[in-house]
Amino acid sequence: MSLLDVIGPVMVGPSSSHTAGACRLALLARHALARPPREARFDLHGSFAKTAQGHGTDLALVAGVLGFPPDDPRIRSAFAIGAEAGLRTTFATADLGDVHPNSVRITLTADDGATTRLTGSSLGGGIVRVFALDGFHIEFGGGSPTLLVRHRDTPGVIARVARVIADDEINIATLYSARQRRGGEAMMSVEIDRPLSEPASAYLEHLPSVLWLRHLPEVLSATSDGAHVAAATAEAPA
Amino acid sequence: MTLAELAAAKGLASDAVLADQGLDDAERAALLAGMRERLREMRASIDRGLASDAPSRTGMVGWNAKGLWQADDLLQTPLLKRVQAYAMAVNEENARMGRIVAAPTAGSAGTVPGALLGVGDHLGIDDERLVAPLVLAAGIGAIISKTMFIAGSTGGCQAEIGSSAAMAAAAVTELLGGDANASVHAAAMALMNTIGLVCDPVGGYVEVPCVSRNAFFAVHAVSSAQLALAGLTSVIPPDEVVQAMASVGRLLPPELRETGEGGIAATPTGRRIALEMAR
Ligand code: SF4
Repeated sequence: MSLLDVIGPVMVGPSSSHTAGACRLALLARHALARPPREARFDLHGSFAKTAQGHGTDLALVAGVLGFPPDDPRIRSAFAIGAEAGLRTTFATADLGDVHPNSVRITLTADDGATTRLTGSSLGGGIVRVFALDGFHIEFGGGSPTLLVRHRDTPGVIARVARVIADDEINIATLYSARQRRGGEAMMSVEIDRPLSEPASAYLEHLPSVLWLRHLPEVLSATSDGAHVAAATAEAPA
Repeated sequence: MTLAELAAAKGLASDAVLADQGLDDAERAALLAGMRERLREMRASIDRGLASDAPSRTGMVGWNAKGLWQADDLLQTPLLKRVQAYAMAVNEENARMGRIVAAPTAGSAGTVPGALLGVGDHLGIDDERLVAPLVLAAGIGAIISKTMFIAGSTGGCQAEIGSSAAMAAAAVTELLGGDANASVHAAAMALMNTIGLVCDPVGGYVEVPCVSRNAFFAVHAVSSAQLALAGLTSVIPPDEVVQAMASVGRLLPPELRETGEGGIAATPTGRRIALEMAR
C-alpha cells in the first residue's frame, strides 16, 4: 500500500470504502466494457447492501459507470447525469457467497449487446480488488494498468502473452488465468507496470486464439484533474 | 518495516519511513508533492467546513464545526477547541459529500488534519513543516494495514478511528520534536486506548457518531503525543498492540461493524431515524 493511498485518496465523501471504493470498482467495470454502457445492474452484497444509500454507494457506482473518478463533485448528481445520458440502472441485493462484506457484482450492457460482469470488493481506504470477470475467477486491484485477455484455451497462449509483454520491456506484477473447461474459453488478467505499446497490443489482438483484449488504466490515482476522466467522459452514453 | 524497527530508527521517524520506501529521487519528490497537495486539500476542507452550516444529506449534522468555532471558549482551552472544530469541519464536509482527504478512511478523515493542522495553527507553525509528520502518519497507517484491513466493516471503528488517532499521535509527536521512539509509542498509546471501539453509524450514514467521534479522537491523539513527548511509553510493544486490535476486530459481531445494526445505531431513536431516512 503506497503512502499516498493511506493519506488519500482526495475524494468526495462520505466513505472511502463505500463511496470511493465503489466508484473505482464501477470505473474498472466501465473500462472493461470499453464502450458506453446503456444498462447497469448492481447486485449489492453484505454491508454494501445494508448501507448503500447512507454512504452514497449507489451514487458512486453510477458515477464510476459514467467514468467519473472518486474526487469528482459530479458524483453527487450522478443519478441525474446518468438518467439524462439514457443510462438505465437497477439495484438489487444479492448473496455473493463467502466474500468481503463490501462486495458488488456489476453488470453492464452496451447498445451493441456487449456485456461485462465484474465482481469485486472494496477492502477499505478506497483500495479495491476485483475477483471475477464474466464468470472467470481472475484478480486485479486497479493499482496498475491491467490487461484483460479473453482467449481460447489452447496450448501456449499464456506464454505467448507473457512473451509479448516481456518483449515490450514491461514487468508483470500479477497474472491470473481461468478457463471454463478444457479447450473452452478462458480469461487472463495481467497487471503490468506500464501500459502496453500499440504495436504489442495490436499483435496480441490478432493472435488466432485471442478473442479480445482490453486495457484498463490504473484507477487508484485517477482524479478529476487528470486525463482519465476526460477520456472516459468523452465516450459517456450520449 | 515493523513498528519496533521504526521505533529503533535514529532521528526522525518520517526519515525512516521515507528511507524504507526505497524511492529514487524523482519518486521521492513525487511522494512529497503528493503529500503537500493532500495537506492543501485538508486545509481547504477545514476552511469550507468551518464556514458552512449546510445540513448533510440526512440533516443529522452540518452545523457542529461552525457552531463550536464561533462559540465562546469558556474553558479557555483554544487548542482543544481548534482541534475539535477542525476535525468536525472535515467530517461535516464529508457528510455533505464534499471533497476531503481519506486519512486513512473518509469516516476518520478529520482526526489527522484536526490534530496536526490544529496543533500547527495553534503554535503558528508553517504548513511546510507539517509535510514530514504527514509522511510519518501515512507510514504508521501502512504498517497497521499490513496486520488488518483498515475498514469499519472488517475491524470496527477501532480500525478506522483507532488507526487515524495513532497516525495523528505520531505526527504531532514528531512535529513537536519527538524522536522515532517517542512517535511510535504515541501511536501505540493512542491505539491501545481505542481498542474495542465499535462501528455503529445511525442509519448507516457516516454522521452520528462519526462526526463528533473525529473531534474526540483528534484530541485523543494530541493527549497521546503529550504523554509521549514527556517520555511515557507503552508497556506493551507497539506491534503487539496492533495485533491486539486486530484480534478484537475479529471478535466483533457483524452488528458492530458498519452494518448500522448495533450500538448507537440500534437505539430506539437511532432506528427511528434510520426508518425515517429510508422513506
Ligand atoms: S463509526 Fe463506523 S462509519 Fe463512523 S467513523 Fe467509525 S468506522 Fe467509520
